[in-house]
Amino acid sequence: MTCDEAEILIHALIDGELDAGHAREVEAHVAQCPRCAASLAAYRQMSQAIASADLRYSAPQSLRLRVEAALPKPTMLVAAAPSRRNVLRGFALGSGLSAIAATGLFAIVLRNDDQERINSEIVSAHLRSLQAGHLTDVLSTDQHTVKPWFNGRLDVAPPVIDLTAQGFTLIGGRLDYVDARPIGAVVYKRRAHVINLFVAQTSSTARRPARTETIQGFNIRTWSERGLNFWAISDIGADELVEFSDKFEAAARTNTEG
Amino acid sequence: MMSGRWVATGRASALSETAGKKAMPVSSLDNDPDKARRFREMTLPYLDDVYTLARYLLRDASDAEDAVQECYLRALKHFDTYRGPAIKPWLFAILRNVCRAEFARRAASPATTVDDTVETAEQTPLWHETQETPEAQILRERDASAVRRLIDALAEPFRETFVLREINNLSYREIADAVGAPVGTVMSRLARARAMLRSAWMAEQEPTK
Repeated sequence: MTCDEAEILIHALIDGELDAGHAREVEAHVAQCPRCAASLAAYRQMSQAIASADLRYSAPQSLRLRVEAALPKPTMLVAAAPSRRNVLRGFALGSGLSAIAATGLFAIVLRNDDQERINSEIVSAHLRSLQAGHLTDVLSTDQHTVKPWFNGRLDVAPPVIDLTAQGFTLIGGRLDYVDARPIGAVVYKRRAHVINLFVAQTSSTARRPARTETIQGFNIRTWSERGLNFWAISDIGADELVEFSDKFEAAARTNTEG
Repeated sequence: MMSGRWVATGRASALSETAGKKAMPVSSLDNDPDKARRFREMTLPYLDDVYTLARYLLRDASDAEDAVQECYLRALKHFDTYRGPAIKPWLFAILRNVCRAEFARRAASPATTVDDTVETAEQTPLWHETQETPEAQILRERDASAVRRLIDALAEPFRETFVLREINNLSYREIADAVGAPVGTVMSRLARARAMLRSAWMAEQEPTK
């Protein structure tokens, strides 16, 4: 990480807006950069000072009365029981009139969340890997060749497990980019089908249950284990992908070499 | 972009468009009492938040009051289009567009000065001579009006983002929603705002040394 990046990201760190992975990156940078460390300390103090000084204003009573007077009186409402039909009618009318820029606001609120975006990047990375012979950076069916190859290329050590006996042939490893960060891909084959298993640091230690989604005809199975996020993607059937992840996890648990 | 639609087109004071001191209830809405009640319950608890933001955006107490009232009336008018999830960023988005109109009006009539005369009279001396860093000193000082003055001195988009984060306690995503900018823009504005505030503290310090 460069100082320029850190200069922005230390604020997100202070505000608790960074996921664990990025937070560790910023902290790692700060640990070896005295200038950014000083900034972080100063901004942290500043934020605390701002929070402890009472900088909010209270609306004057006169304003409160004015606003309440300008709104339709609640007195006439007390008798009227809340009617579901009225609510629905209100919405029906409203959607017709919406002469408000807030529609733009909702577009933002409803924008793809990160998970969705990353899933679609996983699909793109999978598609890229199938083109033009860039499926593997290290071509080997030997897990003891593939695993060390990742050393120094990633901030995580992806578990590389030979599943040939279980019907999934290890064919190599590759460095890819998802969400603008390097990510490890372990490549397997099932018959003629390629399975990319992407491995990245998880943003939390919480264990997330596995789930399968279908995007653009590809099945993606995602799960979290041992502080890592896994995305297995392939054009094989969803049931076979589930079989893959189950066997992978079973082997990972028993495999002391992981 | 979108914001153009929010700006009142009338040439009269944008704030008094509907928010005059003798404002009448908006008659067309009176016939849906349930909606009116929900609106009150959802929005009135945030009156102080909206007023706080208005004070920092407009830097004038009475303009802020007018803006808040206008904001509530517009919000009620458009309440049908509100779908959630959070009401606060939605109210703030409306408020800042009310303020935009007020900025436009001020720009059109230069006679109305915008300077911070309101508070300056009761200002206490900013910093005392000290060996401490300004950051440490303010921890001790906790002088709200001094800090407010420094915040008021920030340029507009930076001040807005800073206040939404530090004083209104919005998340980055909520700020992005309220100001209609990408989260990345929010992050860089916030970094700039804090950097400017920090050097303003240093600068305040300099002459007393």
